[in-house]
Amino acid sequence: MIGPPLAQRELLRLTGAGTFAFLALWSAAALSGITSQQFLPAPWEVLARFARLLTEPFAGYTLLVHLSSSLQRFAMGFALAVAAGLPLGLLMAHFRWIDRLVAPLFEAVRFVAPIAWVPFAALWFGTGIGGPVLIIFMGAFPPVLINTYRGAKFVEAKYLEAARMLGAGPWRTMTEVLLPAAVPSIVAGLRISAGLGWQSLVGAELIVASSGVGYMMVKGQAAVSTATVMSGMIAIGLVGLLIDVVLRRLHRHIEQRRGL
Amino acid sequence: MTPAPARESSAASRAARLIWAFGTLFMVLVLWQGVTVWWGWVSTARFPAPAEVVSALRQIAVDGYGNARLHEHALRSVLLVTSGFFVASSVGVVLGLAMGASRRVEAFVNPVFLLLRPIPPLAWIPLAIVWLGLGDAAKLMVIFVSAFVPSVINSFSGVRQIETPLFEAAAMLNARGWRYWKEVLVPGALPSIFTGLRLSLQASWTTLVAAELVGAIAGLGSILNQSAQDIYPAMIVVGMASVALCGWLMTLALGSIETRAMPWRAAP
Repeated sequence: MIGPPLAQRELLRLTGAGTFAFLALWSAAALSGITSQQFLPAPWEVLARFARLLTEPFAGYTLLVHLSSSLQRFAMGFALAVAAGLPLGLLMAHFRWIDRLVAPLFEAVRFVAPIAWVPFAALWFGTGIGGPVLIIFMGAFPPVLINTYRGAKFVEAKYLEAARMLGAGPWRTMTEVLLPAAVPSIVAGLRISAGLGWQSLVGAELIVASSGVGYMMVKGQAAVSTATVMSGMIAIGLVGLLIDVVLRRLHRHIEQRRGL
Repeated sequence: MTPAPARESSAASRAARLIWAFGTLFMVLVLWQGVTVWWGWVSTARFPAPAEVVSALRQIAVDGYGNARLHEHALRSVLLVTSGFFVASSVGVVLGLAMGASRRVEAFVNPVFLLLRPIPPLAWIPLAIVWLGLGDAAKLMVIFVSAFVPSVINSFSGVRQIETPLFEAAAMLNARGWRYWKEVLVPGALPSIFTGLRLSLQASWTTLVAAELVGAIAGLGSILNQSAQDIYPAMIVVGMASVALCGWLMTLALGSIETRAMPWRAAP
């Protein structure tokens, strides 16, 4: 038996102890002088570096400017993935021949990791905005398509029968029956795809970009500045969390409106 | 044009799917040849013709490209991933099970975990390079990080999904210590553990390819890197296809381990 939840005080005590142990180990390793401060900065040095990056430009821009250029690429790639994946998923759920035509292609391409598109991204777009957008698209597209398809495919047969009886054509069936039925599944897919897209973007910026958080980290790596690299990781983690929180809100909002 | 009917018989549907799959792939090949060679809509400097890909494949398989032949690149990447994945998932599963089994362990480890979890695996690459350089050690570090998190999370939630009667029966039969782990926790959490392992494997494979793209002596990612620098589109396609094929084969292998580890579950 796992046992009842811990009492509030016990929980706080253990959580505090865990956090303290982690920070203490890290600080001790940093201060012990095993490695230079450049290799392993203490926690407060990373925080100080993070704060300085907010005001002082590094690799051309301040951290906020890097972040906003990353977010811009993310928004473009993500929007493209939704714009392509949503209609295609509905079409595949409605027309069997489209399903059979697209499914094998999709399965074949899906096994190519998004990051493996980097060489073509570089070849086709150079360091322009197209490269990272292509890679985010490759990361974010599959979950949108899969979840739209599943949501629309498992709509109850009686709704489809009713729609057909009422004379709804393919367009109205898709927009007025399949799409609303698939919304919860679609939103769940959006969360997965935003996570994958954000992660792919960071990978892309490590290689093909001249701005963005990933690029800032590469420059930090080249300058052997662990504090800069870690600041980048913190920024990426925070923005990733933020994106997830927004989509989770959206998910809950939609479920509430449907009385689920 | 008909909306999806209830269900066809599965054998007939599988055969039909296969025929469609081969038909589609054949059509794509013809189209590919068409746009790159016959009608010349896409310049082969941007996307290679099928024949170029075949000759690039022959070149790398026989003569080698980027310091090694294809099977050497593939073997190196697969070995790195499987060893890093094995270590990370063994540690991760044990930690996850311990967190699931005890609320105290959970409370103690959780804060660190909450800090590390939102950082995507790919974001560890620069740190690994600063600390360990461009060699195998850095690759192992990023593989470890990417495989670790999903295996912890899913083992943890696997234990928490075990139904209460099972715990009650175990308590009544006085299962404790090693037997409790071996006969209650692990089998109960196994489906979820395998979900975690599959995610871990995918994540570590992607991350390794990315790390090799950033810098490596050999490996499938280094084929991609080298061919991008040489502007050799046909070899890029060979590299991408090899990455996909190896990823697919490893997923299949894990799937067959999964069905063997859980004989009580019907094959999916």
